[in-house]
Amino acid sequence: MAAQTPAESPAAAEGPGVPEPNHAIRIGSVWLLLSLVADLLIWFAAGPHLPPGTAGSQADGQQFDIKVMAVMAAPVMIFVLVYFLYSLVVWRGREDDEEDGPPIHGHARIQTAWITVTSVIVLCLFGFGTYELYNSYGAGAGEGPAPIYKPTGAELTTAQQVAPWSPGKPVVVQVIGQQWRFTYRYPQFGGFETTFLAVPQNQWVQFDVTSIDVIHSFWAYQLGVKADANPGVDNIAYTKPTKLGSITVRCGELCGLWHGAMYDYGQVMTQSKFLAWTKATNAHFADITPLLPPYASTYDPTVVPLFRFGKVMKALGLTSAGGGYYPPNDPAQP
Amino acid sequence: MAIETEPGTTQQPSGHDPVAAPKTRAWWRRPAWHTGLIGAVIGYAFGHWLGNYWAVPTATSPAIYQQIPSNDMNDYAIVLGYAFMVLGWLGGLGFFNDLFAQMLGRTPRDYQLRDGGDTGLARYFRMTHDHKVVGIQYLVGMIIYFCTAGLLAMGIRAELLSPVHHVFSSGVYIEIVGEHGTMMMMLMTSVILGPFGNYLIPLMIGSKRVAYPRLEALSFWLTPAAFLVLLSAILLGGFHMGWTGYPTLSIQDTSGADAYAFAFGLMGLSMILAAFNILITVICYRAPGMRWGRLPMFVWGILGTAVMMALAAPILVGGMYMIITDRTVQTAFFADRLGGSTYLYQDLFWFFGHPEVYILALPGFAIVCELLPVFTRKPLFGYKVAAAGMIGVTLLSFFVWQHHLFDSGINPDMRPLFMLTTELISIPTGFIFLVGMGTLWKAKIRLTVPMLFCLAFFFNFLIGGISGVFLSDVPADTTEHGSFFVMAHFHYTIMGGLIFAFMAGCYYWLPKMLGIKLDERLGKAHFWLMFIAFNSTFLPLFAVGLAGQPRRVFEYARNLTTLNDWVSISSFFLGASILIFVINFVWSTVIVRERATGNPWNSRGLEWQTASPPPAENFAAVPIVLTGPYEYGVSGSPPVADMSPPVGLLAAGLSETETARAEA
Amino acid sequence: MSLPVRVGTLAIAFLAVVGGVIFVVIHYLLASPPTVDYSAGVTPDHGQTVNVVLQEDPQTTIGNRPDWVSYFIQDPKTHAWVHTTLFKVPAGSMIHMTVLGYDGCTPARNPFWGKVTGTVGNVEYVNGKSTRVLDTWKNCSVGHTFSIPGIGLSVPMASPTTVKENNNLCATSPCTSGPKATITFTFKSPTSTGDYFWHCRIPCGGGFIDGFGGPMQTIGYMTGQMEVVS
Repeated sequence: MAAQTPAESPAAAEGPGVPEPNHAIRIGSVWLLLSLVADLLIWFAAGPHLPPGTAGSQADGQQFDIKVMAVMAAPVMIFVLVYFLYSLVVWRGREDDEEDGPPIHGHARIQTAWITVTSVIVLCLFGFGTYELYNSYGAGAGEGPAPIYKPTGAELTTAQQVAPWSPGKPVVVQVIGQQWRFTYRYPQFGGFETTFLAVPQNQWVQFDVTSIDVIHSFWAYQLGVKADANPGVDNIAYTKPTKLGSITVRCGELCGLWHGAMYDYGQVMTQSKFLAWTKATNAHFADITPLLPPYASTYDPTVVPLFRFGKVMKALGLTSAGGGYYPPNDPAQP
Repeated sequence: MAIETEPGTTQQPSGHDPVAAPKTRAWWRRPAWHTGLIGAVIGYAFGHWLGNYWAVPTATSPAIYQQIPSNDMNDYAIVLGYAFMVLGWLGGLGFFNDLFAQMLGRTPRDYQLRDGGDTGLARYFRMTHDHKVVGIQYLVGMIIYFCTAGLLAMGIRAELLSPVHHVFSSGVYIEIVGEHGTMMMMLMTSVILGPFGNYLIPLMIGSKRVAYPRLEALSFWLTPAAFLVLLSAILLGGFHMGWTGYPTLSIQDTSGADAYAFAFGLMGLSMILAAFNILITVICYRAPGMRWGRLPMFVWGILGTAVMMALAAPILVGGMYMIITDRTVQTAFFADRLGGSTYLYQDLFWFFGHPEVYILALPGFAIVCELLPVFTRKPLFGYKVAAAGMIGVTLLSFFVWQHHLFDSGINPDMRPLFMLTTELISIPTGFIFLVGMGTLWKAKIRLTVPMLFCLAFFFNFLIGGISGVFLSDVPADTTEHGSFFVMAHFHYTIMGGLIFAFMAGCYYWLPKMLGIKLDERLGKAHFWLMFIAFNSTFLPLFAVGLAGQPRRVFEYARNLTTLNDWVSISSFFLGASILIFVINFVWSTVIVRERATGNPWNSRGLEWQTASPPPAENFAAVPIVLTGPYEYGVSGSPPVADMSPPVGLLAAGLSETETARAEA
Repeated sequence: MSLPVRVGTLAIAFLAVVGGVIFVVIHYLLASPPTVDYSAGVTPDHGQTVNVVLQEDPQTTIGNRPDWVSYFIQDPKTHAWVHTTLFKVPAGSMIHMTVLGYDGCTPARNPFWGKVTGTVGNVEYVNGKSTRVLDTWKNCSVGHTFSIPGIGLSVPMASPTTVKENNNLCATSPCTSGPKATITFTFKSPTSTGDYFWHCRIPCGGGFIDGFGGPMQTIGYMTGQMEVVS
């Protein structure tokens, strides 16, 4: 079926001698005006207030991304909406009109233009997104155990992570997801574990997110970080908190009955306050820290070193922590 | 069966006397849903006993499969019970009768009746070979499933009215969320292909039948089984992992998770069968003259849907099967400690899951492209572009699934790749808008109820599609993933797209399918309430998600209470609009029954050129298609088909071609 | 079918559907274990002491889940044991909790939860002896925890500690005799009203992988809610 050039339908004219208005120019001008206004409003008025805010470098980057995409999306949406509204007003059929409309099967130039423009927009967005992903060291998304976008000095081995922290190194926070609470372990500050997330300002923070039961997701909203906590996997995400204040941490992946109540609040502190906090917390938990398993990137909670088990446990035949996969007879390892 | 020769009767199994009058038996003596129920009960009892026999140790003998001591958490009994229940259900419905009869060398009973010789209401309650009856069965079934899942959604929004005062306990709330999501996502795949695809495709392509009538009937009768198995999860304590069923949560869950996995797998089977039938029917059963370039756009869309179903649903069935074996016979596919991986499930599920959402979106495209020319009185703008859009979406849908896993810890190299493919898929999706807008150019728009729903489709899908672009950007996705932003996005594309198109299809095609017109005023009330309430419900959810509320939570930040309340109240109005539709549907079809035979929309579609409702054989004679179905305004255009071609015309034409070939 | 027959059938079908929905909602969706009321007769926000008594049992012989561990709560008026995990306390009061731990020991998945947090003095009293930390891996000392994350409370529940006791645990429920550990602690109920969920952090009970299935996720067994009222 060959595409035909649009034919002027004689029935479309209002009457003899009244020329057909240039619909394209009308639609185009309304679109241009509305798009300009919308884009300016988005960029300048709404822009600084867009989620997720600017409390962290990743959040800031994401806010910028959302702003750019909104500015690109607004003209597209306005074009479609203006066109539809215009057509509903101008080309609505009269009640008694039984005639058909003009037989326009297609228009090669318009079709080609549409395909070209949409492809260009889409490819530009892809390029922009990839650049932002690289430029922000991973955009706060969990990158798995071998991140490719990372700040200098990123510490990926356990040995690096337990070495005491010094300024310039990323602060490593291990996020352990369990039903139904996140706990945070600070290997560079003594390996203590706490339920309160504290991070220092203007310092790269490396989150090593793991789980000891089901899949959770560590979502620190103000920091712009989201990394799934998978059992047996070390999922690494980076951010640099920039503004002091409270952090809301919510679990972002359904993890059972109390998933909806799995949230807590943390804080971005100045560096000196943070160091003081680590010292105080280390002291507070000094009685439980030696009882924890040695710091590792992932934990198998059912494997308990035999030397830790007392006589009574062994006599009772308890060889692992509660909730083995198929107790009491896990299939043998292949 | 060759299309070139005029068939005498539609079905002729060997040994069957085509001339003798069919013998009828009373409705309760013929296999139907009541015998199906009896078979299901017997099957469940047997399966349950078998599972207990294998799994539960008794005083005298150890169990064959070691299992925890029995309470009603015995997964073996439940899964085997369901499996045999489905076999019993199908057997009771009579699906195996023909098979056994032919194996024994006997004539299958009631064959002619099933082919379309049946009359009366009872034929809608039994297994039939008439695709039109199957279409109506699907229509009623789908409305029931949609309304049930919709009631569950009302429960969800009732709970979310307050972050501190709870209507349901936390466990029940998560159950309801999972039931709503799974029921919609698994059953609405066939909400258009089932009723409209099965009913209309043979009519649209000029065929008297479908390729595999038994598979088609089977695909329908599996849906009530899947629906009831899924609902029975409530009796078993529910499942608490949402419709995505991620392990290890799904392995850890109580027996309701078995119902989930089994129901979803069963529906996957139904999808595969329905898809095969559609594919072969369209490829092989087109009338003479029905070239690919003249195929209605609805058929192109359903064809794409069928391709995606046939290729993606087997992965789903495999994934659900692995969940069941992990929960019963102690395999460890998804246990990282024992050599498996939770990522295995995530990849398997989303490899199905992404084509799944396009299975849900594409039929919507199909319907609007089909209806727009009728109500603008213009040819479809850019037929080839539209078809390319359908094919492009179908193909690309298999290449984007990892965008659901951007934050999961997948190989970070994959993320730019999947960001690219996900962005690219918006190009063929955009073709539908080009086609829609071009068809509206200088048209004569008739704002009937079906047209209103089509226009609303474009509005909703615009918002849904653009929000999808926001989600495809990995940095922005970090905040949006797993939040109400995603919820708003997919409700806009699936409900705003598919369900609005479904409504358009109902109002448009019910005169064809039942010969009955739905009330116009109630229809307009339904439309306006649904459109306004839908947007009022889901537009604020974008803000709610970006403000930090995750999905599937019963407690949220107090400062979001006002937004959530607005959304909940709007959703109750949305439910009311669906109620208006159901009332309109039931009232018009059962009580009022205002006849609307003929072609009330003045459509050039081939399906409208035969009576409404069509006779048992669809067409008195196989038509010869002369033009495409969208030739509005083309002066001098012949009718869409020659509905009564002279006898022997095709045979004569064929022999001429053969002679020409021989001479060449 | 004639019009009156159609109308009649429709009406019956409609009533059947509505009745079915209401039945399912009331019987399955809204059903809940009872809430034990400890707030009656207590003035909230006055720092008054309320005594709450619980026990945790290794089996639940009442009901249809014989292998599930469960908490029971004692009714303050009748002193009968109620099979529920929902209780009500007044806001701003001192909650003095006594738990009878009849269940045996299980190592914790995360030994961090062996530390007492959120109580007065960050201590608990196990059989009268003040304790801050219990090593769940080394000694057979902990069966469960009682944790209310919303107020930062987490208290490991001690268990009988010898082999003999662990092999002869109470076999019926609610338990009235059998080896047990008595745990007491005090915490302040919050001033803002609402529902605060509590749960156990040490999974046990075979067959529920990764621990937290079954009773761990079922209200009325090892998880529940503390309703704070004013």
